[in-house]
Amino acid sequence: MSWGVNWKASVGLLGVGIKYLAVTMLVPLVVAAVYGEDIWVFLASMALVAAIGIAVERVDPDPDLGPREALLFVSLAWLAAAVIGTIPYMLAGHGTASTVATPVNALFESMSGFTTTGATVLGEISTDRHSHALLMWRQLTQWLGGMGIIVLMIAILPEVAVNGAQLMASEAPGPELQKLTPKIAETARALWLIYFGFTVLLVALLYALHLLGMAPNMDLYNAVAHGFSTLPTGGFSPQADSIGAFSAVVQWVIIPFMLVAGVNFALFWHVLRGEAEVMLENAEFRTYAGALAVITALLAVILFGGAAPPLELGGTTQGVAENSLRQAAFQVGSLLNSTGFATADFAQWDTHAQVFLLFTMFIGGSAGSTGGGVKIVRWLIVGKAIRRELFTTAHPDVVQPIRLSGSVVDEDAIRGIMAFTMMYVVLFALSAVFLSLDAARIGTQLTMLESTSASLATIGNIGPGFGRLGPFGSYLFFPDTSKLLMVFLMWIGRLEIVPVLAVFISAMDSR
Amino acid sequence: MHVVVIGAGEVGTSIASSLASDHVVVVVDVDPDRAEQLKYELDVLTIAGDGTASDIQTAAEVDRADMVIACTDNDQTNLVACGTAKTLGDAFTIARVKSTEYLRTWESSEGAFGVDFMVCTDLQTAENIVRVIGLPAAIDVDPFASGLVQMAEFEIAEESPVAGQTVSEADRFESLTFVGLFRDGEMTIPRGDTGIEAGDRAVVIGSPESVQAFATDLAPETTPGRADEIVVVGGSEIGYQTARLLEERDFRPRLIERDPDRARWLAENLPDTVVMEHDATDTEFLSREHVDEADIVVTALRSDEKNLLISVLAKRLGVDRVIAVVDSPDYVTVFEEIGIDIAINPRTVTAEEITRFTYESVAENIAVLENDQAEVLELELTEGCGLTGRPISEIVADSDARFVIGAITRDDELVTPRGDTVLRAGDHVILFVESESVSAITSMA
Repeated sequence: MSWGVNWKASVGLLGVGIKYLAVTMLVPLVVAAVYGEDIWVFLASMALVAAIGIAVERVDPDPDLGPREALLFVSLAWLAAAVIGTIPYMLAGHGTASTVATPVNALFESMSGFTTTGATVLGEISTDRHSHALLMWRQLTQWLGGMGIIVLMIAILPEVAVNGAQLMASEAPGPELQKLTPKIAETARALWLIYFGFTVLLVALLYALHLLGMAPNMDLYNAVAHGFSTLPTGGFSPQADSIGAFSAVVQWVIIPFMLVAGVNFALFWHVLRGEAEVMLENAEFRTYAGALAVITALLAVILFGGAAPPLELGGTTQGVAENSLRQAAFQVGSLLNSTGFATADFAQWDTHAQVFLLFTMFIGGSAGSTGGGVKIVRWLIVGKAIRRELFTTAHPDVVQPIRLSGSVVDEDAIRGIMAFTMMYVVLFALSAVFLSLDAARIGTQLTMLESTSASLATIGNIGPGFGRLGPFGSYLFFPDTSKLLMVFLMWIGRLEIVPVLAVFISAMDSR
Repeated sequence: MHVVVIGAGEVGTSIASSLASDHVVVVVDVDPDRAEQLKYELDVLTIAGDGTASDIQTAAEVDRADMVIACTDNDQTNLVACGTAKTLGDAFTIARVKSTEYLRTWESSEGAFGVDFMVCTDLQTAENIVRVIGLPAAIDVDPFASGLVQMAEFEIAEESPVAGQTVSEADRFESLTFVGLFRDGEMTIPRGDTGIEAGDRAVVIGSPESVQAFATDLAPETTPGRADEIVVVGGSEIGYQTARLLEERDFRPRLIERDPDRARWLAENLPDTVVMEHDATDTEFLSREHVDEADIVVTALRSDEKNLLISVLAKRLGVDRVIAVVDSPDYVTVFEEIGIDIAINPRTVTAEEITRFTYESVAENIAVLENDQAEVLELELTEGCGLTGRPISEIVADSDARFVIGAITRDDELVTPRGDTVLRAGDHVILFVESESVSAITSMA
């Protein structure tokens, strides 16, 4: 089996990554010890994962990656992380009625965590049903996946940093890699430090609210758990009611952090270096801020006008300005940049408000953020390319480069962006069709909103959809075939389609 | 003055011939035949050889020279020649370059390449074209402080909206100074309440943008505005620089270039210009893109024949003003005779610029107005000279000389002079001075 790619090198390097994944399981292990829970689940998981890592590493102890090997490695790394992530779910659930004890459900939950999607098949979300440790592992997978597991590996593992730029380009969200420093490992470290800093800040703020008595149920466990979920635009919560379980002030604190998570983290690096103007002049950032403001205002008006019935979660919005604005800002912040938290059951809103939210799911965060979706920079360029097409139809001789923030965008990059956006839409549409048919096969009818939102929420790494997939719903009722398709969608959605498909294509092409 | 001219092409020959009568001129050229020929044409000493070589420069007595002018067709040769001259003596070196890159390097670091003054042919030509386009109402326009400042003299027409206003009413612009007024041949230094009458000639100093805006106020009919269509034909360096300078003055020109790669480069570097990739001699294309409705057409193609063809074509299609770049000085009159409005020869422009520089004066730059009634001077202030360290109002009060400080450039940025502005060493000051007071002023600087 040649595949035209030295797969042994990719797999060998994978072993290194898996080995270190075992170390991250120390976090849930500590949680288990603190809460007096069964520590054997995570001890066994760690041992198992470390053994797998060391074994896989032996495939090629001295891996040397070319471009194709890099693509394969990145694709496999995310798949492997998701597979490894199932081990605690299955071990903990073994012999119980836990819905994530089966391999397919565990893989769905794990992939959803690492890709920061936030779609869940966990039956009953509660620390009464599941251990604190397992739910913390679920939160942790999102935090690890948020800034990118490859970026993390480049930041701390010298053997990965050698091929770092290539690897990071395949993983980083957005059309191109921004190198902030000459050394890629330093860039990776800077990005992770900013990410880490924001997480610590959020955890501290949330816990401070608790200590001040403004958020009685936001204890340290919950503060850390939601810190692990907000910055990576994840969406998991150890609370069945998500952020709706907390007071309004907690929701207001989380909103800005969700919005920060949708910003290109490289821009914060510039701000920290005293170059705030880089951020303010960035076309994508300005569009992001503008889109957020306009969409939030519109939704707030719709909610104020009575598009949502008075709900137990979310309360009354009709005629209540603060709640309308809060629910609008939260839902837009959550869905536009793909976090997937919820404070209101928007699945019960009127259809026009739901369709409006569905539209925001198409937008996505910024390139270089932890958000999912198509990404604002791509829509900007697609829009400009279309306008140029229309203009040059009337003036065939005009040469018009496309500019973003004042600099010219390479024509190859534009072609790549058009192809990506097309692939995204086609995959989304085909998957929606498949999900409908597959559900019908087992005798379940999906509504139009359910099937389209399921497809969009998984490929865009958003999480909640509409109808039964609403923010307090679950993906559990889907047949296994559909769940596997959605695992695939989350996987390629996180890596932005191209690396995974390129590996498949090059595998098919070579003979 | 002992002047060494390196390179005896059209530019070098033109400079040498205008200097030969008053100065000792030595011309160096690599071509022995050319050197031999020039020996008889001009009253100069000629040396055949490589002008960058140390022994040739020694033979030309560069070590004793007051000025070395390197004006061959090759940028690098000129730079090396200046650098070599600096190793031999202390002559003031002038280099002619085509590349604006070298100019930028030189501007950012004084004395780079051993060059004391750099003339960029293409940029100079483009600036000339843009001045002709932008200020048709001006009698005289001169750039100062490497183009940061412009001096312009206008005649106030009967129908001008400015006629009848006072100076403070007419001068609404932050970075513009109204420095002089000539009425019936008499010079006055205007004050805020001085009235402007039709027939007066007004002299203003300020940023090129503010001068342009003032011209629009003064002669709204003839001065082109933002809405005017300007088409630049040919994306040569001159064409590119012209479009770039027009963009800086808020015009949105169109530029026609045939070569796809060059067109793409131009489009990338000229964000406010519409670049079209097509052969400009295609009449069908010209009418499809309504080039006939353009107000101004500039032809900047590389060949004179093509420029001639396009210019004639544009005139026939009904374009108001056609400005042509003409590479060969001999054709300039031919172009103008057949009805092209203005023909500009880059070599003449360069030679004039360099010659202007050889006038002996402490001033860096000079312009003479109205039969030498007044002069506009550019002075670089040195440490401890009589103009620094005091507010301008004090200097004016203490001096008998009649002068106005029109503009100041400090670290390559324009500073608008006010009464309380304190001048510093290193500032470039652009002054309007009554001719009789020139020596008083220059003795202070």
